Amino acid sequence: MKSKTSPLSKLYMALIFLFLYAPIAVIIVFSFNASTSTYIFTEFSTKWYVEFFNDSYAMRALRNTFVLAIVNCVISTVFGTVSSVGIFKMKNKWMKSAVMSVTNIPMMNPEIVTGISMMLLFVFVGTLLKMNDVLGFTTLLIAHVTFSLPYVILSVIPKLNQLDPHIYEAAVDLGCKPHRAFRKVILPEISSGIITGAIMSFTLSLDDFIISYFTSGPSFQTLPIYIFSMTKKRVKPDMFALSAIIFVTILVLLILVNVAESRAEKKELSRRGDAK
Amino acid sequence: MKQNLSTKLLRQPYIVWSVLFILAPLAMVCYYAFTDKSGAFSLNSISQIPSYLSVFGKSILYGAVATVICFFLSYPFAYALSKAKLSAQKTMVMLVMLPMWMNFLIRTYSWMTILGRSGLLNKFLSLFGVESIKFLGTPGAVILGMVYNFLPYMILPIYSVLSKLDNSLIEAAKDLGCNRLQVFKRVVFPLSLPGILSGVTMVFVPCVSTFYITQKLGNGQIMLIGDIIEMQFQQANNYNLGAALSLVLMVLILICIGVMNRFGSSEENGGALYI
Repeated sequence: MKSKTSPLSKLYMALIFLFLYAPIAVIIVFSFNASTSTYIFTEFSTKWYVEFFNDSYAMRALRNTFVLAIVNCVISTVFGTVSSVGIFKMKNKWMKSAVMSVTNIPMMNPEIVTGISMMLLFVFVGTLLKMNDVLGFTTLLIAHVTFSLPYVILSVIPKLNQLDPHIYEAAVDLGCKPHRAFRKVILPEISSGIITGAIMSFTLSLDDFIISYFTSGPSFQTLPIYIFSMTKKRVKPDMFALSAIIFVTILVLLILVNVAESRAEKKELSRRGDAK
Repeated sequence: MKQNLSTKLLRQPYIVWSVLFILAPLAMVCYYAFTDKSGAFSLNSISQIPSYLSVFGKSILYGAVATVICFFLSYPFAYALSKAKLSAQKTMVMLVMLPMWMNFLIRTYSWMTILGRSGLLNKFLSLFGVESIKFLGTPGAVILGMVYNFLPYMILPIYSVLSKLDNSLIEAAKDLGCNRLQVFKRVVFPLSLPGILSGVTMVFVPCVSTFYITQKLGNGQIMLIGDIIEMQFQQANNYNLGAALSLVLMVLILICIGVMNRFGSSEENGGALYI
């Protein structure tokens, strides 16, 4: 087996990583800048971190973002999983493929079109009901659930397809009630798909700007929208401080997940060893 | 009968949801595109489309250039990645994904720090006596922003196909007398086409419709279709024209994806025939 990477390809990979991480390095360095400039580094200071935590608008936007992401994650994971089972059990081939094509639409469409189309619907319904500020938390949540659902469904359905239908039947034959059989037999088998879907819906919602930009109102701003309104003016390093915090948080989370995964793998391996 | 009812209960809410929030919004786009401010039928907005054709063309050109660059940067990277040690692969895939979780607005903004008149790149160049160059507001800066933001979306699908490639196929090709270039041309590349296609769609669609990258790195001097649409909704308050433009954008992108998939699959068939 030749699987050694040549020095040339190593250099190439390093260059790509440099390209990917250069702006992030800039963000982290300038978040410690003492002056308000994002161009000239004067002196080391952590004042922008303090400033950010004292900025009530930013903190509220941060809290809103997490509230939205968590509510969205719960709703779309449960709703998506239930719908996947429903779609999976559909007998009518034509209907099934029609439903799947519609599910694909939010993933194929440019985000700006998805955002605008939902905004138009909300505004239209709003004028019908004579509501002035229709755009807010509810519309944002509907939009987020709508673009998250396809990701949940498309990660759960493949797991359902892999399932052996006889296990469920066996459980029912052995006296399980259908919902109990579902919980005891099917759910554990598809749980990896559900978890992938949940993580995706959470991160997509956390990071979404374009769709939120069109479907949110002044009453409920998320962090990306707040950042957007800040970057319309000249950015102060407090936004950089925030991004540096986000970066470090995600880095730590990823490392933790990785460590946990490799531990679980080792455990699994040793358990299999025991079984043998 | 009871079983039937409960499975219906499982899927019916989703069908209702997708009709309400996927199909109805698209119907709204059509409705707004073909009406005027008062809600009466009108072709006024649609008839303005021809004057935006050059913007559509420019957006597709920018998106295509950025996608091609992304592809040529990503393929060797994904290839090298798939050949690396397994443990290193995992870490590096994580490192490719990591920037995607940072807010893309801020990441794009930080390119302004690098590319600005008194930015880092110009300072670096001035060490060699190069005079300050204007990067921001040039097509190059916008394309760089697109490539930067969407590069991981090209790397990851190509990598995932290449890493699952059956090694015995390559060995078989070698045994049958292929040299390295032929192995690549006849085996590796055709087999990685599905990954390339999904990468191309995932990069092309957001590139064509972007508005933030052009606003920041284009300094507002370069207007793509995303900017025009965004302006109709957030500033000009001309929902009807915005809807008409979105409708055309959507149709154009669907056609592009369709052509690309067609081209991709015929390429695959051609390759199969060729072998």
